This record gives sequence, structure tokens and C-alpha cells, in this order.
Amino acid sequence: MKAESNLKNVLTLNNFAVTAECGPPKGADPGAIQKKGNILKGYVDSVNVTDNQTGVVRLSSMAACTILKQEGLDPVLQMVTRDRNRIALQSDVLGASSLGIRNILCLSGDHQSFGNQRQAKGVFDIDSIQLIQAVRRMRDEGLIIGGEALSEPPQLFIGAVANPFADPFDYRVVRLGKKVAAGAEFIQTQCVYNLKRFKEWMRQVRERGLDKKVYILGGVTPLKSARMAEYMSTQVAGMDVPDDIISRMKGVDPKDQRREGIAIAVETIMALKYMEGVHGVHIMAIEWEDVVPQIVEEAGLYPRPETPEE
Amino acid sequence: MITAERKPMAEIKAMLAPYRKILVVGCGTCVAECASGGEKEVGLLASALRMDAQMEGRTIEVQEMTIDRQCVYEFIDKLTEVADRYDVILSLGCGAGVQAVAEVFPKMFIVPALNTTFIGETKEPGLWVENCRACGDCKLGYFAGICPVTRCAKGLFNGPCGGSKNGVCEVDPDSPCAWQLIVERLDSAGRNDLLEAIYPPADWSRQQGKGPRKIVREDQRSES
Repeated sequence: MKAESNLKNVLTLNNFAVTAECGPPKGADPGAIQKKGNILKGYVDSVNVTDNQTGVVRLSSMAACTILKQEGLDPVLQMVTRDRNRIALQSDVLGASSLGIRNILCLSGDHQSFGNQRQAKGVFDIDSIQLIQAVRRMRDEGLIIGGEALSEPPQLFIGAVANPFADPFDYRVVRLGKKVAAGAEFIQTQCVYNLKRFKEWMRQVRERGLDKKVYILGGVTPLKSARMAEYMSTQVAGMDVPDDIISRMKGVDPKDQRREGIAIAVETIMALKYMEGVHGVHIMAIEWEDVVPQIVEEAGLYPRPETPEE
Repeated sequence: MITAERKPMAEIKAMLAPYRKILVVGCGTCVAECASGGEKEVGLLASALRMDAQMEGRTIEVQEMTIDRQCVYEFIDKLTEVADRYDVILSLGCGAGVQAVAEVFPKMFIVPALNTTFIGETKEPGLWVENCRACGDCKLGYFAGICPVTRCAKGLFNGPCGGSKNGVCEVDPDSPCAWQLIVERLDSAGRNDLLEAIYPPADWSRQQGKGPRKIVREDQRSES
């Protein structure tokens, strides 16, 4: 399996990339993944599969990525350090590559106390930056942590996340620099609602020249309702939904709020598209994957570029 | 110090149910400092047990004793004359104390009255906070005196996760984000080198490599 990452191809050919997120089901049903995959197929360059997000047990990211691959999509395997030690993580990196998965996104993961297994032991043997470094070394040098050689290195396009809306703000770009130095090749950010803060973060990113070293995909999550906007603003840590977005959602009739949420998402994508140093968008339509084609079309990002296969 | 909290009365009572003569043993060191297992707490628990038995019409005999350290044999030795007159030892020591006493009195049944919780400091009267996980490889010199292993909910070595907001941890709004503190302190110390450095994976074998850890110091062993 020598096929390249489609996402990598799209980005290296200087296209504005579009990725989306697919949350696996809370059960062993492959059909749920296939259905989401087929909605997204053709409208996005790659699809991220979350790894037991918010600490809730779901069908594994590895299995879901394999199903998406079979459906002809380019999956991004999300891998968190919360649940697996370095033995299991490195083993799964090899496993993913052997199954033809070509993208990995390294995260620490939501703390287990948020999920449905609150008595679980959080592993956190290594952190996300150490995982990035380990995967990069496995791929480029064929060595695992500790220096032992692999019989065959994994082939993976290596990603990480950044949250420009968390604190301490001025350290956020330093941390991004560490992720890049560790070996990250693409970055997907937390959902952008506060464009002002995102612009300031991007200014710092450019100041350090990081936009020339890593592909940055801005995160976009369409709001379903004013209530969702308020919930995300107050209840979801690391999320920054400014008051003007909330009042804009509140200002429209509840039956039109989805439409307004889509409009905000499209406007955000347009703003990101013309922002220097931003190389794409990552659309996280939470349990609303079927809205993605519409958003991609309205943002003028359809059709997606054809990239050479095999 | 090692901190501990007293177990719920119902759990202690259930463990003591088969026994009539109870030796309640406190420890005058860490658990006395954190007001869970010192002489005062031994007195309170012994009184509670007596009163409880009286209310339920049971006859029990409760003896109180507090030794300086339950984790050091020369202090445990003070129980030697007394212990075999009782059916059970109720220890208000930490986990180390309970096990050391059990080791000295192999034929006695021993029951813990405390849940040993963490290595921590007395922050203010009535408030103890955890700040050491005894990882066996102290990294405080790289993190401006704030332990990310202990004080970051995810034990991150390379900066704050996306859940740090207004100086507070997303997991527990009552806990400061350890990384906010580390960044501030390294910054004010002018240690940008440490802020930018990538810290490698930790060596957890120093914490849990081959089961229980031992320290062997030949220079301390000669006299015995």
C-alpha cells in the first residue's frame, strides 16, 4: 500500500484544503460510518475520525478509518494519549499505516472525567507533542521510542491541533512552534467564532514564520441554534463564542437558526480563505455531517481538486 | 507529608464487626499534621466506637494508643506489650503505617481507619493540596517549581492543553492550570529556553518499573 495521503497532496499542490469530522457511533454498526462517509465523499479532501471524544466510548477510530478508506475516502486517524501507553500507541501507528491509513492527528484527548467512564485510569504516559515526535521519528528514521529499528516505517502525514482561544494566549503560538519542531506537518484548530482573536493568533504565527513550516486548517463548526451557541460559550472549555455571534443567532426565528448557523460558518470560511497563512478549513459539524456539502458549496469550495492516486 | 482522610464510619464498623477488643492506634507524624490520624483523632474515633456499641447494646473494649511513627519499627515496638491483648488493631496510620504494623504483628488482624490520599502540603488551615506523585525522577527544576505530573490533570510535559482558561483547569474549576503557573514563572525568570524546549517522554520505570520500589543505602546499614 503505497498510496499517498490525499490531504497531503491537496496541500502540497497549494490548494485550499477542506477536511471534515466524522464521529463514530456508540455501537458496532459499520453502516453509520459508511453513511456519514458517503455524505462527505467528494466534498472534502479528508475525513477525521475522532478517538473516543469527550471520553465517551465509541467505535474505534482505527476501525472507522478503515471503513472510510474502503468507501474511497482519505481518513485522518485521531489518536489520543489518554487511553494508551507508548507501547499501544506505537503499535497502533504501525497498524494504521498497514491498513492504508495515511494521516494521523496527535492529541492528548479530553480528560476522562468528562465522559461515560469517569472511573477510568487516565494513561497519559506521553503527551501529544511527544507522540508527534515519536510518529515523526518512526516515519523518517524508522526508529521507535528508545531507538529500536522498525522492519518497515509507517507512512503517515502527521497532524496536530491548536487552540488559539485557550490561555495563556501568548504561549499558544510557542506551543504551536513546539508541535512544529516535534514534527507536525498540518494543524487543525479549535472552532473559530472569534475571528478577531484568531487573526491576532495568526499574526503571531506569521511573525514566527510558522505558516511557512506547517499547513494550518482553521476549525469551523456550524451552529444549530442560539441555545447551542450559548452552551458552547459557557459549558465547553476552550471554546470562545463571542456575544455578537450569540446575539446574531438569537436575533433570528428559531426555525431559521440553522440557516443562520450555516451562514456564519460560510462567512467564517470565506474570512479564513483570505487570511494570510491559512491553508484550509476543518469543518466539524457535530452530528450534522449532512450539512457539510452545502457549506462547502456555498463557500465556493466545490468541486474539490482531483489529486493523483496511487 | 502523606495526607489521609478517615473512612466512613459504616465502613470501619463493618470491618470491625467480628471483633470485640479493639486497639486503636494513631500516628503522630503526617496524619497527625493533616488531622486525620493523630492522638486527637484516635480519641474521637474510639469514643465514637464506644458510643455506637453502647447505643446498639454491644459490649466492646477499646484501647487508644498513638505512637510517633507507624512506619518505623522502633516506634511500632511500643505496641508489643499491648497488642496481643486485643482481637484487632484499628490503624489510623497511612498505608505504609498499616502495613508496617501488620508486618510486626503477623498474627494480629489489622484494619485501616483511613484512606491514604496523597503527598501534599498544608495550604491553609483545613486545606491540603497534592503536589507530588513520587515519580522518582524530580523534574521541578525544568518547570519552575510546579509539578506538571501532579498538578496538570493530564500530566502534560510540554505546555497547557486547550482547556486552560483564565488560569483555571477545565477539569476542575477550583484548580489552577499548572501550565499557566509554569509559563508565568518561567517567563518571569527569563527562562524562555525552558518554555520552548521539548521535554522527552518520562521514565516511568522509576515510579512503577518492577513493582514496589526500594532504596538501599549501604552507608546506613552498617550498624544493624
